[in-house]
Amino acid sequence: MKKPFAITLDPGSSLANHTGSWRTVRPVYVDRLPPCNDACPSGENIQGWLFHAESGDYEKAWRLMTEANPLPACMGRVCYHPCETACNRAQLDECVGVNAIERFIGDEALKYGWKFAPVAKATGMRVLVVGAGPSGLSAAYQLARAGHTVTIREAGPLAGGMMRFGIPKYRLPREVLDAEIARIVGLGVTLELNSKVDDVLAAKRDGHFDAVFLAVGAHIAKRAYLPAGSAGKMLDAVAVLRSMEGADQPLLGRRVVVYGGGNTALDVARTAKRLGAEESVIVYRRTREKMPAHESELEEALQEGVLVKWLSTIREAGESSITVEKMTLDDKGIAQPTGEFETLQADSVVLALGQDVDLALLDGVPGLEIDGGVVKVDANMMTGHAGIFAGGDMVPGERTVTVGIGHGKLAARNIDAWLRGETWTHPPRHELASFDKLNTWYYSDAPKAQRPVLDIVRRQSTFDEVVGGFDPATAQFEARRCLSCGNCFECDNCYGVCPDNAVIKLGAGNRYAFNYDYCKGCGLCVSECPCGAIRTQPEEI
Amino acid sequence: MSYQPIRFYQTGTFTVGNRLLTEEQRSVQSGRERTNSLNSGHRACQGCGEALGARYAIDAAMAATNRQLVAANATGCLEVFSTPYPETSWQIPWIHSLFGNAAAVGTGIAAALQVQGKRDVRVVAQGGDGGTTDIGFGCLSGMFERNDDVLYICYDNEAYMNTGVQRSSATPPTARTNTTMPVGESTGARFGQGKNLPLIAMAHEIPYVATATVAELRDLEAKVRRAMEFRGARYIHVLVPCPLGWGHGSAETIKMARLAHETGLFPVFEAEHGEVKHVSKIRRQLPVEDYLKPQTRFAHLFKPPGHADLVARIQALADRNVKRFGLVDHAEEAT
Repeated sequence: MKKPFAITLDPGSSLANHTGSWRTVRPVYVDRLPPCNDACPSGENIQGWLFHAESGDYEKAWRLMTEANPLPACMGRVCYHPCETACNRAQLDECVGVNAIERFIGDEALKYGWKFAPVAKATGMRVLVVGAGPSGLSAAYQLARAGHTVTIREAGPLAGGMMRFGIPKYRLPREVLDAEIARIVGLGVTLELNSKVDDVLAAKRDGHFDAVFLAVGAHIAKRAYLPAGSAGKMLDAVAVLRSMEGADQPLLGRRVVVYGGGNTALDVARTAKRLGAEESVIVYRRTREKMPAHESELEEALQEGVLVKWLSTIREAGESSITVEKMTLDDKGIAQPTGEFETLQADSVVLALGQDVDLALLDGVPGLEIDGGVVKVDANMMTGHAGIFAGGDMVPGERTVTVGIGHGKLAARNIDAWLRGETWTHPPRHELASFDKLNTWYYSDAPKAQRPVLDIVRRQSTFDEVVGGFDPATAQFEARRCLSCGNCFECDNCYGVCPDNAVIKLGAGNRYAFNYDYCKGCGLCVSECPCGAIRTQPEEI
Repeated sequence: MSYQPIRFYQTGTFTVGNRLLTEEQRSVQSGRERTNSLNSGHRACQGCGEALGARYAIDAAMAATNRQLVAANATGCLEVFSTPYPETSWQIPWIHSLFGNAAAVGTGIAAALQVQGKRDVRVVAQGGDGGTTDIGFGCLSGMFERNDDVLYICYDNEAYMNTGVQRSSATPPTARTNTTMPVGESTGARFGQGKNLPLIAMAHEIPYVATATVAELRDLEAKVRRAMEFRGARYIHVLVPCPLGWGHGSAETIKMARLAHETGLFPVFEAEHGEVKHVSKIRRQLPVEDYLKPQTRFAHLFKPPGHADLVARIQALADRNVKRFGLVDHAEEAT
């Protein structure tokens, strides 16, 4: 009883009062799956590398990006960016220009000569990759990094596959492609050019390979029966584009008709324009809405003066003209002939009706199944023959560079596991960070940055690259438009808005932790988290 | 604006922190070294706007005064939940005397410091809307007219919440409180009653008057910092939503404050020597229904058949604020 007058208790801090016991729900930090990552056929952690790009650490961004994709400078040019289609920001103003930022970072890597991290310890396992297209290069890269000895056999004279022999230079300059391929080869991958594999089992046996990844692509042009009166000039799109890589440019004449509605048709029509054709006309049997080609490519082609005859098929090809029949779409959206005909002047007709896979090398492989002209693979990218995997255009799926790179990565993971006698399983996917999970109030208003485009005269007469890259300031601005959906970007909102100081800031790069001794479970941090990286869960009481 | 907002850095200055900003550009609340003047373990309700607003304001005042600060506190929620005998959540020199005399106590502390020649120690007096606009109004007006060197901060949650939600002179029209129950002919608090203390403070022509909300941290911090640049009487009126008394979810406290500003019902501005200097523009203007509907204190306005006429009168109050303070930039709106 030695207390002052009228004092009965010692003074104390409210820290003794653990208000966390009031809680009925608790906040927990989560990493949700951003829609861009979810949509990327190559499985890039786009939100992840944008996080580094936002602070200007492009090398770190590049290292994370190349975990999935060893060809960012190429992909930043030719990918049809499903990530941007899925981007949550599109619901706010416009999607983030992921593709342009990827290109910027890919170009930075080439400019500064960033190298891949040294490969893991050699495993002594040997893997044969057949085909040096995007899928084969991607698989070779991943397998080499896992420590396997990789040999790529390529039938053609140069590596790159459709990136070289299908995509024109004005979309993908060859020095960019060459530099990115050289970086993969630099990992110690053996690249054998002009080395066609005719019999995959013999190649595997003779080369003492432990596994094979097939990625020969689809290079055989599909034909259509066209009555050709007096043998007019008829070419196929793949051959035209391939010959652009040789010494002799194809002679197409002044009036060129391209038959088909895919990206290849547009590539040929745009190439023809650049080769001096006065008229470059695409004949396509359905409407613009139904065209399989990507809208951006069509738009660029139209700007360059390529014409499109919608709802038309070629009935007959003569020496200097073709007969076109008008079509109409029936109730089911299928093109039906109308019986109305029209004549078009044409010095040459280029067929761009799709491509088939050359499957000759697979003759007599036990267990291997072919379905609809492509090779059947299981979820682990393995064909019916153990140890032989396949990907890219020769297996079912969308035929794009991005899908090819994704297949290569996925196959490499499975090959790596298979070589160790294991089976690779996809880690559980996080919950999708959909738009409703965000509190978009907090994001700055910022319109999408546009890439510079080459002037129209040069686009019609040269093969200079059409779409330019970002300057550093624009790249950073655009990266900072990322909403970081579902993943903490350390905005301090949770740390700030907690009325109970129950959020502990762990310092730059280390995010935050909840102090459950004092968290009352009000949920303010959850509703004020801009990016949806906090979830509530019921407390067990 | 009371501060230079930073645009285009992903979230600019909308969020509490931003890793892309330089150290000098960062808010007090984003720092690990903030004082947490009102510490954990206090007994405020879940999602209390006042607890949040008080920490925002006092941490900012601590940062602005190099931690040379004394606070006097009126009776009210803030006092009750922070200092049940013999505990305290305050990590600053803090004193509570009576409900109505916080301003006078602040004046006394300032006078004592002056006698002692301690010019670097600054004084804050603070209270809720009841202790400020009703019970402490005489003392506060005296502090203003004498231009005593005190910053008075009112945390306005628009009723006496601590004693069970009774109407104060800051309660908005139509709001249900336990003394303005919408029963029979009554439709909640009446139109034409209440007082606007920021404007009354301005009428005293004191050096600095500002309003703020817990939804705009950077604005609130800038105003506390600016207030500390003046000597004499200063007044900051902070809107602090109350989940208990307003009847909204505990996670919606900041959202309600944001909506109060975005609808125009709570104009955010600052004034020096009786003149408005800056107005916080509405970013995305919304109808008052968006603010009223989530709060059960206004539920009777929307219960069928509803009181569209009363909602229209509330909208008219918001429209008047928009016009009077120029809350919407019409040139910008047109683009």
